[in-house]
Amino acid sequence: MPLVVRLRSAVCLLGRFPALAGVDLDVESGEVVLLSGANGSGKTTLLRLLAGLHRLYSGEADVLGHDLAVDRRGARRGIGLLGHETGCYDDLTVRENLRFAARAAGGDAEASDTALERVGLTAQAGVTHGRLSAGQRRRLALAVMLARDPQLLLLDEPHAGLDAAGRAVLDTVVASAPDEDRTVIIASHELDRTRALAGREIVLAGGVARDGVLEHASQAVPA
Amino acid sequence: MNEALLHRRLATVIGWAALVSLAVLAVLGLWVAPPDAVQRDAQRLMYLHVPAAWLAYLAFGVTALASALYLWRRTRSAVWDRIAGASAEIGVVFTALTLVLGSLWGRPVWGIWWAWDARLVTTAVLFFLYVGYLALRRIPGPGRATRCAIAALIAFVDVPIVHFSVDWWRTLHQEGTVFNDELKAQIHGTMAFTLFWGVVAFTLVYVYLLDRRYRLEVLEEGRDERELEQAIAERVASGDADGSPAPGTLVDTGARR
Amino acid sequence: MNLWREAMLVAGKDLRIEARSRVTLYQVLPFGLIVVLLFAFALDPSRGVLSRVAPGLFWVAVLLAALLAVSRSFAVETENGARDGLRLSGLDPAAVFLGKAGAIAFQLAVLEVALGAGVALLYDVELRSLGLLVAAAVAATAGVAATGTLYGVLAAGLRVRETLVPLLLLPVVAPVMLGATRAWEAGLGSATSDGWPWVALLALFATLYTSIGMLAFGPLLEEA
Repeated sequence: MPLVVRLRSAVCLLGRFPALAGVDLDVESGEVVLLSGANGSGKTTLLRLLAGLHRLYSGEADVLGHDLAVDRRGARRGIGLLGHETGCYDDLTVRENLRFAARAAGGDAEASDTALERVGLTAQAGVTHGRLSAGQRRRLALAVMLARDPQLLLLDEPHAGLDAAGRAVLDTVVASAPDEDRTVIIASHELDRTRALAGREIVLAGGVARDGVLEHASQAVPA
Repeated sequence: MNEALLHRRLATVIGWAALVSLAVLAVLGLWVAPPDAVQRDAQRLMYLHVPAAWLAYLAFGVTALASALYLWRRTRSAVWDRIAGASAEIGVVFTALTLVLGSLWGRPVWGIWWAWDARLVTTAVLFFLYVGYLALRRIPGPGRATRCAIAALIAFVDVPIVHFSVDWWRTLHQEGTVFNDELKAQIHGTMAFTLFWGVVAFTLVYVYLLDRRYRLEVLEEGRDERELEQAIAERVASGDADGSPAPGTLVDTGARR
Repeated sequence: MNLWREAMLVAGKDLRIEARSRVTLYQVLPFGLIVVLLFAFALDPSRGVLSRVAPGLFWVAVLLAALLAVSRSFAVETENGARDGLRLSGLDPAAVFLGKAGAIAFQLAVLEVALGAGVALLYDVELRSLGLLVAAAVAATAGVAATGTLYGVLAAGLRVRETLVPLLLLPVVAPVMLGATRAWEAGLGSATSDGWPWVALLALFATLYTSIGMLAFGPLLEEA
């Protein structure tokens, strides 16, 4: 199975601080991997590094076949990042923001409408981004990510702020990912919920991945 | 080791050469060269003003070239970034010197502090371009080198445009300025030699200062590297203490399989 | 999607935000008019001084307003991590550059029409060659928008962005000030020399900095 992500001794600096202090990581296509760890352990930085948003200070990093030391932008088309911020514009409506993201990724209005439906925001389509609640913004960010049709999904604490319905949507997206030939890496503190979704867990502590993770059975049973 | 020692020796030699040549310049400029028929002794400021101007532009050219070399993948290296920054710090001083000396020269001779001719105006704009670059230089971060390099090239490309447009503007107004006339005048003999010597002396000063500033930068980066290694060790150690499950004993929730 | 269509997408996004928020219309434009008015206070309106220096004052006002327009264009990208969004969007950075610069240029054009009317009314000028005025304005605006967008993205992620961009931008666009003013002096009849060569210079500047912008926007966006 091809490796979607391959990191060797990856060091990533935030200013002068070594957020990642030498991470080794292999992720195969179709896997759902849980990234857990205390606050400040480097989970967000790792996801952003994989998305090419942070510079690799030293070590090796290959994502979707692109070497991050040389080409941070190359893998972006195939990557979807669900981060803490939506990346949207306060003055534009939900639909306008989504249309922009979809068209930028080469999709069309239909792709954006489908994504809107999938996350259950159709009723808020005409609301400007600035007026959305935190949970609604999360859903919008999810829709933006889906509209880009990514191969590798990087989810940073995706359940935070979502209500029960929203969480159900998210779980469905993650659960269906392996069948759609997508790979998912979730960073989360909601261990009960995400352990049910994931096939593997990696603990991040002190900017390093602690190896020796237990492999769960491939049949994930909803908690 | 040998290379480093050679480097230090060379730097010392250049330093002394710079000092000596400046002393010689002082002698040449103040005594040996004859006073100008019209301007008398005030004209001697030219022996400082012109070399300073030469250096102001040379330093900027070096900054631009080093920036280009940094940006080009094949020659990318921190060396060029350091040279670009060091050269700019020296260049801004010489630019300010050029402007001040120009004023000091102009006042007693032509009664004006400033003239709107292409060379002076371009030098004034150059000063501000330097200041902007140095402001950027002071902002830390991983992207600093790229930001500064691109800014240097943007500014460098602008300098000839500024010069050309101001020059054209002044010729349209048919105001041949005294500065232009003066510097185009034929300079012979001892005066020419003194001028040339001034350029050589200042260039030696520039090279020496560039080297020193560069080495200072290297030392600072070395210190940063050591601090980083320590920070990495501390970071990894903190992970051991933060209560996360140790490898191998994790996540047996029992809720599956 | 090709470069042009991506640029139109970005420009459309920026202009739609402006249409919704009306910042350029209700804040930047009045600012420009106030500057024009202030110049009149600073100089003496009764001795024909204003009509002679009108072109220069107009372009100074435009340049100052452009600083605000550039600042606004990138402030929009700061909220909600929009810069990350742009990076992840898969858009060609050269297209993003063209789109943002285009949107700024469009807004400046609207501004110039309004300021031009203001100047014509307050400063008592005579119109000699409209074609020259328009051509010079187009080239000058393109140059300012391109350079402004370049420095805007360079400073986008920095905390000192507000004070840095003016310091960086103004010296570089000095030739634009020079050329645009000379061309407008010719177009408004206060100078006898030909304004068209200046238009050529402005066009050269605009082309040069648009090209640089298309190349440099990507690397700069990555560092922002």
